[in-house]
Amino acid sequence: MDSLDNKKDINIEEKTDKKIGNKINKKTVEFSHIYKTFNPGTVNEQDLFTDFNLSLKEDSFNSVVGSNGSGKTTMLNLLCGSIPIDSGDILIDGKNITKMKEHRRSRFIGRVYQDPAMGTCPGLTILENMSLSDNKERKYTLAPGIDKKRVDYFRDELSLLGMGLEDKLQVKVGTLSGGQRQALSLLIATMSPIKLLILDEHTAALDPKSSELVMDLTQRVISEKHITTIMVTHNLKFAVSYGDRLLMMHRGDVVFEASGEDKNNVSIKDLTDRFDEISIEDGNTL
Amino acid sequence: MDIFLNLLSVILREGFIYGIMAIGVYITYKVLDFPDLSVDGTFPLGGCASAALITLGVNPIIACVICFGAGALAGLVTGILHVKLKITDLLSGILVMTALYSVNMLVTSKKAVLSIFNMNTIFNTGLGKLLYDIFGQWGWVIMAAIVCIIVKILVDIYLSTKSGLLLRGAGSNSLFVTSLGRDPGNMKILGLMLGNGLTALSGAVLTQQKESADVSSGTGMVVMALAAVILGEALFGKVSFIRATTTAVLGMMIYRTGLTVAMQMGLDTIYLKALMSGLFIIALLVGRENKKRQNNSVLRSRL
Ligand SMILES: Nc1ncnc2c1ncn2[C@@H]1O[C@H](COP(=O)(O)OP(=O)(O)O)[C@@H](O)[C@H]1O
Ligand SMILES: [Mg+2]
Repeated sequence: MDSLDNKKDINIEEKTDKKIGNKINKKTVEFSHIYKTFNPGTVNEQDLFTDFNLSLKEDSFNSVVGSNGSGKTTMLNLLCGSIPIDSGDILIDGKNITKMKEHRRSRFIGRVYQDPAMGTCPGLTILENMSLSDNKERKYTLAPGIDKKRVDYFRDELSLLGMGLEDKLQVKVGTLSGGQRQALSLLIATMSPIKLLILDEHTAALDPKSSELVMDLTQRVISEKHITTIMVTHNLKFAVSYGDRLLMMHRGDVVFEASGEDKNNVSIKDLTDRFDEISIEDGNTL
Repeated sequence: MDIFLNLLSVILREGFIYGIMAIGVYITYKVLDFPDLSVDGTFPLGGCASAALITLGVNPIIACVICFGAGALAGLVTGILHVKLKITDLLSGILVMTALYSVNMLVTSKKAVLSIFNMNTIFNTGLGKLLYDIFGQWGWVIMAAIVCIIVKILVDIYLSTKSGLLLRGAGSNSLFVTSLGRDPGNMKILGLMLGNGLTALSGAVLTQQKESADVSSGTGMVVMALAAVILGEALFGKVSFIRATTTAVLGMMIYRTGLTVAMQMGLDTIYLKALMSGLFIIALLVGRENKKRQNNSVLRSRL
């Protein structure tokens, strides 16, 4: 028994080693010289991003923290194409997608929003939601919308959530709790193969227990499917304990970052201290 | 008794015919959450085009199909105005409705009323004739029911296809459709085409039954169809085995009953449109009460 287990371990290590060896320099996302001004030419003009640069390594799990208005959501919106960019380039897997429409980018980007209502269709049943998303890679034709052969697969996937949703296939998603909907959103966002998973405070609207549950699930999905992930969170505990890289944003810039060993040594107190520093700086400059 | 039966047959016949429009408006208003006012123009468009085509000797069934296409084209314009040119939903509908008035006048060669007395219609040829010969005026009811039920079944089937699911998704949460890598705007346009196509078909069938088309017959159609959809949902929405397309038709039946009863009680026709608005407001309030009870948070504040 022992020797068998050992063998397995070695094999896995070899595999992961190879993987890291191949991918160590591969970048899934590159922001390059990004500029974004809101309300240009008005009294409300706001230069949010001036020459913003950031890259995310393949298979990395990046947590982003930062005060309100520091530009986290805007960064994600630019990445997804939800809002237009003033200048600069966004590359995914080396390919320039700056001009690509939002719905086109969705074919390789999965996104879970803060609002549990946004990631699913409240008016459709769980089964209909999953069937729709299961078809993402194919055409939406006049074939039956629900493929009976896939129902068992959906049930299996749902049972992994441990929320009993597998028995609620015919229930409208709008009647589920926030935590259930967010778990389902995550499942749906990662059901078809994607290159990048975007989580924008996806646990912020949940009660503490559900948010732990969804965060656990997030970790499981990411490590199973090896998806490059960027997670914005207000929960410093999550930022510290999950992910392999930590970024702190302020006024459209990354003001602090730690990865690997360094990140493991970052404590919540370190982060709050940094926040305090920033707000004092802000006070001084005002 | 005879009067009563006579009235009943009129209510049922018109309920089925206008019911086709109610199904169309169900798609735009309920499925897509789009208050589409172009319906006031596409309904007479169907009627006028159908009369014009029949005058030209076109087969009445083919005329119906062409009218559906004409309505769909009008819906396409509404959709493009809203989705591509970013004009608000209400205004897009008003623009198309207004423009269609000219189109309808062109179609009827500038006649306000185009009659097709004794020309071929789906009611006096083929199956329609057979039914009339056997059942008299109830034959017309059956014919109207057949068309309405075929439409209902086809729409139900469509809404359960992949494309139909995506359409429902676009109405429920357009962001979700975006996340599937599809353009929700295109789905909106498709739904508007379908809704207006069915509305025009409804106008075409009514014209063939009445054997005349009236350019101004569209006034109040949106209000009537919306009221029917809301009323139907409020009264029958909770009965799980009745589909939404059926509740729209049932809503129309009840609405037509209300109108007919009022007219029978001696209401002057000039009050008709005011009554339609009044019935709509009641339907809206009943619908809202129901919604509140289902503690659904999103109220349709737009209408
Ligand atoms: N669509 C917009 N129009 C105008 N200003 C915006 C818009 N979106 C964001 N902003 C501004 O940009 C700043 C950053 O916002 P956001 O990216 O949402 O911050 P965060 O997600 O970090 O809290 C804020 O000051 C906000 O007011
Ligand atoms: Mg934000």
